[in-house]
Amino acid sequence: MTTEPILKVENLTIDVPMAQGTLHAVRGIDFELRRGETLCIVGESGSGKSLTSLALMGLLPKKMRCKAAGLDFSGIDLQRQTPKAMRALRGDRMAMIFQEPMTSLNPAYTIGDQLMEALLLHRPVSKAEARARAIELLGKVGITAAESRLGQYPHQLSGGLRQRVMIAMALMCEPELIIADEPTTALDVTIQAQILRLLADLQREMNMAMILVTHDLGVVARIADKVVVMYAGEVVENGSAREIFENPRHPYTRGLLRCIPVPGKTKPGEHLGSIPGIVPSLIGKVEGCAFRSRCEVAEDACSSPVPVRRPGTDHAYRCIHDIPEGASA
Amino acid sequence: MLIFTLKRLGLAVLVTLTVSLLSFSLLFMSGDPASAIAGENANATDIEAIRVLYGFDRPFMVQYVDWLTGALAGDFGQSYYFKLPVSTLIADRLSTTMLLGVCGISFALVTAIPLGVLAAMRPNSLIDRGALFLSVMGQAMPSFWFGLVLIVIFSIQLGWLPPSGSSSWKHFIMPTIVLGYYAMPAIMRLTRAGMLEVLNADYIRTARAKGASETRVMFKHALRNAVVPVVSLAAVQMGFMLGGSIVVESIFALHGAGYLAWESISRNDLPTVQALILIFSCFYIVFTFLSDLANAWLDPRIRVG
Repeated sequence: MTTEPILKVENLTIDVPMAQGTLHAVRGIDFELRRGETLCIVGESGSGKSLTSLALMGLLPKKMRCKAAGLDFSGIDLQRQTPKAMRALRGDRMAMIFQEPMTSLNPAYTIGDQLMEALLLHRPVSKAEARARAIELLGKVGITAAESRLGQYPHQLSGGLRQRVMIAMALMCEPELIIADEPTTALDVTIQAQILRLLADLQREMNMAMILVTHDLGVVARIADKVVVMYAGEVVENGSAREIFENPRHPYTRGLLRCIPVPGKTKPGEHLGSIPGIVPSLIGKVEGCAFRSRCEVAEDACSSPVPVRRPGTDHAYRCIHDIPEGASA
Repeated sequence: MLIFTLKRLGLAVLVTLTVSLLSFSLLFMSGDPASAIAGENANATDIEAIRVLYGFDRPFMVQYVDWLTGALAGDFGQSYYFKLPVSTLIADRLSTTMLLGVCGISFALVTAIPLGVLAAMRPNSLIDRGALFLSVMGQAMPSFWFGLVLIVIFSIQLGWLPPSGSSSWKHFIMPTIVLGYYAMPAIMRLTRAGMLEVLNADYIRTARAKGASETRVMFKHALRNAVVPVVSLAAVQMGFMLGGSIVVESIFALHGAGYLAWESISRNDLPTVQALILIFSCFYIVFTFLSDLANAWLDPRIRVG
């Protein structure tokens, strides 16, 4: 692709001061994203993927400290923006969808009020125009009888419908970047697939850049262009979706892929993989590979700084071993 | 909303009837009313004559219905002590009390809610500590003492405000502050606690993600959800102020209904006591009803099933 990236993240770190010391929640994240691309950030709970997305939106809690060598959104240095300038971007050019549709809508206001709010805040439109746009988007996210829904309150809608409303709400100003933080985790399995397909379709239709945070590799396989695999606050492997799924290198990525059943390949009754052990504490100085306590190929050298290896232009992983393609980890 | 209102209204009427029955039976719970009226030195014939005169010889329910129909028409009988119709007596005093109550609760709300919001916006900051200090003071200082301190400072030393009476608006400033300051701490702390809880809610993050300003997040998105329990508390306190402002009324010599209640109790003036109990209870009932309506307006989960 030749277009300029819309989002460039270089060496992003997030520190959380705690009573027991500083928690190094995110350590040195890099990635780039262009319009029309979908980037999936994959990792287990506590790997720092949600914090990374909140940091991009400038929504981290005040006590957390966020630093980056570069945090660039379509030519704007996000680190140098005043709170007011960040507010002007949020909800307008960059928008976010959250994990919990049940609690992410304000119970005191109608769906219509909440949909129209972002547009009225950012654009010089009349209420009637905002209303028309809200109806249009509710239709787009597959909500029937959109007009009558505007007067309803969140508690009158199911979880799936609420998440559709959240998606419509994020799209009101046609953002260039949309960040979806585990948008399907809280939903029924049957609804999950619908919501994902909807997100993917809208992303293509509106030519947005999308960051999808998830711990579900099945989801990633279906819609990602690029994948970032995070473990304990670090990117352990990133690359194009094709590379990650066909030639995973890092032992953690390989472990994750063994945990999902493959239709036609996994036999009934066969054991799926699992990764033993737990995520290490990130409080205090973190040295070497964070995955080494759970890694099958770990050795003493893993506690020293880990090099980044690049088996291809669109593939990188962080391991002291030069792991050949296809070799079992 | 209409069904909700009607249900609450029905409930309010039932509670009022129950209270009226209880307040009427007070007359008989405090001993034989006829001998109380007759006095300590009366003989049996006099007591019997009084019993017939006041109708105490009739069955209880007959007396109750008789009293209630009178009460509904605004006739609570004759005061034993003042020898005036109770309704005239109360109407005269009630306006002072109502004015004081409205001023008191307004003062409390106007100071407590912004202070609670500010304290919640910056927990453990100087503002939060200051607000905590103010509310602990308000809770700990007895009204009579605080009232006297104000009189010493503003009436005696500075000579700015009249110490007692009720003839001008200036007379109401100090009583309003004393009464309002007493109600303020609870409202402030409840607002703060509610705001702290609501500010952690996911929908607050959603509002921020839309690019809403902090003021908008605080007042439009958070306060409306945090203020629901505050409304109920304010209603109860308002009821309390109307019935229980005896201390404040005595200090500032505002002859209000609270003061009248205290006088009537000490003089065994039962018709007045009955009427006041009924009226004070009605205030509670009306305010609870109004706060239910206000909460239903604030929180659609109450009003839309």
